[in-house]
Amino acid sequence: MSKPPSVIRQTVVTPIVLIAVLLAMAALTYAFGSRAFNRTAIEMFINIMVVVGLYAFVGNSGLLSFGHISFMCLGAYMTAWLAIPPVMKSITLKGLPVWLLHTQLPMWVATPISGVFAALFALIVGRIIMRLSGIAASIATFGLLGVVNNVYSNWDSVTGGQGSIVGIPPTMNVWIGWLGAAVAIVTAYLYSISRSGLALRATRDEAIAASASGVDIVRERLIAFVVSAFIIGLAGALYAHFLSIVNPGSFYLRTTFVSLSMLVVGGMYSLSGAVSGVVVMSVLIELFRNLEKGVSVGGLPIGLPNGVQEIAIGIITIIILIYLPTGLTRNREFSWRGWPLQRRLASPVQTALKEMN
Amino acid sequence: MTAVLQILFDALSLGSIYALGALGIAAIFGVMRLVNFAHGDFIAFCVFAMLWPSIDAAAIVFAGRLPFYLLIPLLLSVGAALSMLSEVIVFRRFRNANPATMMIASFALGFVIRHLLLMLYSSRPKSITLWPNLGLPVEFFGAHIPMLQVVTIIITLAVLAVLVLFLKHTRYGLEMRAAADNFTMARMLGVRANGVILLAFAISGMLAAAIGLILATNSGTADIGMGANVMLIAFIATVIGGLGSVPGAVAAGFLIGAASVVFQATRPHDARVFRDAFVYGAVIVVLLARPQGLFAPKSAKQRV
Repeated sequence: MSKPPSVIRQTVVTPIVLIAVLLAMAALTYAFGSRAFNRTAIEMFINIMVVVGLYAFVGNSGLLSFGHISFMCLGAYMTAWLAIPPVMKSITLKGLPVWLLHTQLPMWVATPISGVFAALFALIVGRIIMRLSGIAASIATFGLLGVVNNVYSNWDSVTGGQGSIVGIPPTMNVWIGWLGAAVAIVTAYLYSISRSGLALRATRDEAIAASASGVDIVRERLIAFVVSAFIIGLAGALYAHFLSIVNPGSFYLRTTFVSLSMLVVGGMYSLSGAVSGVVVMSVLIELFRNLEKGVSVGGLPIGLPNGVQEIAIGIITIIILIYLPTGLTRNREFSWRGWPLQRRLASPVQTALKEMN
Repeated sequence: MTAVLQILFDALSLGSIYALGALGIAAIFGVMRLVNFAHGDFIAFCVFAMLWPSIDAAAIVFAGRLPFYLLIPLLLSVGAALSMLSEVIVFRRFRNANPATMMIASFALGFVIRHLLLMLYSSRPKSITLWPNLGLPVEFFGAHIPMLQVVTIIITLAVLAVLVLFLKHTRYGLEMRAAADNFTMARMLGVRANGVILLAFAISGMLAAAIGLILATNSGTADIGMGANVMLIAFIATVIGGLGSVPGAVAAGFLIGAASVVFQATRPHDARVFRDAFVYGAVIVVLLARPQGLFAPKSAKQRV
């Protein structure tokens, strides 16, 4: 009897395929894309980071989280505090501690710090929230989003309140976007094949059996929560560098739901689903945006009326979910020959999910 | 004393709106395990149904001109129709999907409704005057209470009474309660699934219309985002009350309304802007103490 191949050997294809496809996209964009198209591509890479970060928690634990965008908020504001030139900070953000007022860090330093900051915050609040399960946990994460947004919208001396903070150096380009997405994918992949990731997926599929086998549900969930907060904190930092302004309104309900929709449309229990959900939705959004601008057919400009874009995206989302309720990838991973482990688990998982309804 | 009365009425009327919203969410959740994120957009849709579609700044009041005995039934049927339509077209196809998928589908539906309204009416808030004399204060033990608050509270109590009578004393009410308790079992005993679910959606839609009317009268404007905040608090209230428990949802709605009003009234001015942070924080604390909600029904208990 031969030894079964290791988990890494079986599954490493997925992240490699994903990162390679994204690299091709980045290269094509860099070579042929206009300035505006480059910005769209960067936005897509940042969305991939956010959704992959969400996947690291939601996909492995099975708990729906509405609170992860608050980590994006934390990361973006941390970057703003670290990266804005001291001259500007001392005018707009008077409440910052003196040592922070006088530092200015380059992007390569500020971004990881922002990620770690978000992860630390997740470690503290996660110790409390992760004790809950099911829909109570979802609502608690929702509460987290509400608290963070409210504090950042109103703590004027430190966050500039409802208005925007300007002056973050706009140093993003499509390669850094790709690099960020690659880091997110590798981190999420390494977590999901780690001991903790496997244990957490066991609790997702059969919570009682897993805890009877000695899995500490709260601990594994907390680890996933921190890992995903780190990824999304990085995404927030890059987002701040991308827009060069931050304001609390962009890290609230709309972003939360859009990123959750992308995850569910792609397939919330697989890494490939997270990435392909973002790519497909971004392509659709870009397509309809262009249709709205109008194309000329035989000299006649034909354009859709404004607002059709969003309506069409909403309808397409519903249609995809009607025909593929488990997402475009049906919760499977891209690989050469399928992931035997997942294929075997598929049917009991589905029954378990149905029973939970 | 008058200040206390004032706070009491503020709390009761805000709580009423939240309670009506929570009822609308709980009605559908009970039979279908669907958290309907489109509810807030149903509310906005009902308000805008009173206006003629136009993107001008000045609102063209259309149905809103009708006398109240026609306007109220009309709006209630608009709400019920929209809600039932969304069941037939969208949610019927998600009966066996997992809750996350349903939730995202409902969010997408709300997104579509919101942008449809944006397209037809533009994003500017529009002024709409309904029954201006409801804004006049009435003297009540020395406190000046806006008439509208009193009316809101009375309407909510009336709606609650009618719903309780309906649920406890009619055949359809019995079927709904049976379906909420154990859907599969209820179907086996002859409850028609489609009928019960449609009924739940109709009730939810009418509640959305009622909230829309109250909000529009209160603020005098029609705004696309006006339902969203109520929806969020209502959603939280249904969970705190214990998902699937109708009295729990109502009680939690009133509780959240009271908590925010009392917080607003008692804190110093600087802390008031952080009201929502404290309310959401309190929600987390309540959930930690009682993860199943304050008034969880027995059927919600997890079985091993």
